[in-house]
Amino acid sequence: MVTVIFIAIASLIIASAVLVVISREIVRAALWLIATFFAVGALYLLLEAEFIGVAQVLVYVGAVSILILFAIMLTRQHERHEPAWRAGPWWIALAGVIGLAAVLITTIGAVPWRLTDDDLPVSRAPQLGTALMREYLLPFQLAAIVLLVALIGAVVIAMEERRRRTPTLADDIAAQRGAADRAEDGTP
Amino acid sequence: MSMIDAVPLSWVLTLAAILFCIGLFGVIVRRSLIGVLFGVELMLNAVNINLIAFWRYLEPNLVAGQVFALFIITIAAAEAAVGLAMVIAVYRTRRTIVADDMRNLQG
Repeated sequence: MVTVIFIAIASLIIASAVLVVISREIVRAALWLIATFFAVGALYLLLEAEFIGVAQVLVYVGAVSILILFAIMLTRQHERHEPAWRAGPWWIALAGVIGLAAVLITTIGAVPWRLTDDDLPVSRAPQLGTALMREYLLPFQLAAIVLLVALIGAVVIAMEERRRRTPTLADDIAAQRGAADRAEDGTP
Repeated sequence: MSMIDAVPLSWVLTLAAILFCIGLFGVIVRRSLIGVLFGVELMLNAVNINLIAFWRYLEPNLVAGQVFALFIITIAAAEAAVGLAMVIAVYRTRRTIVADDMRNLQG
């Protein structure tokens, strides 16, 4: 039963990740990316890392995907049906990536893993919280500082100066609608 | 019946390796900068799957595996915020987010 669930989740992860890469429309790629995040969260639950699974859904599905959709909205121009991939020979990249996958999978098969005998994992969410407040307190505080710096940095980088403002897709559509309305008013 | 009895560790590691390679392929071939960031996110997720699988199958008594995964999620969120802000800034000055058009430093 667990095997069936694992195979279902794994095929969902692989299929949606492939669709992220090959989707021509960037919004569709973003939605498939969200599906991948969800499936990875399900895999964490299956691996009995409940807190990481919940954090995955909260951070990736909740925050990062909204950020991505906002960035797409702010950087989109009119539909021009451009190719999704760069102009160069993509099969060289594909061959290199397949070679890397072959090396990784042979290495995984060759290593004798020393599996644990314990059936039930001891470190659950309370133990994780205790560890973060004791031996990992310094990295925990540093992560808070990193998040603060990233917040300020993102605001400073993306801050818009009013006089250098460039129109987005929404502005273009609004300008077109305004022109159409004016044309209708002029010639009743 | 738990996961470690039903599914061998190498399956999970193979899944993570395939996901990493798909993400790397996306980073290389995607035309828009946002698509490149998608590939980076896929690669970070693959690394996290590896860490959680090692924690569960090899050392379930050590909390360090989950702590690492948690910090990677944190750093990935910061990376996405700053990266997307940079994409927006690039779009504002160049009116394009196509990776091939960023050739100011090309000799």
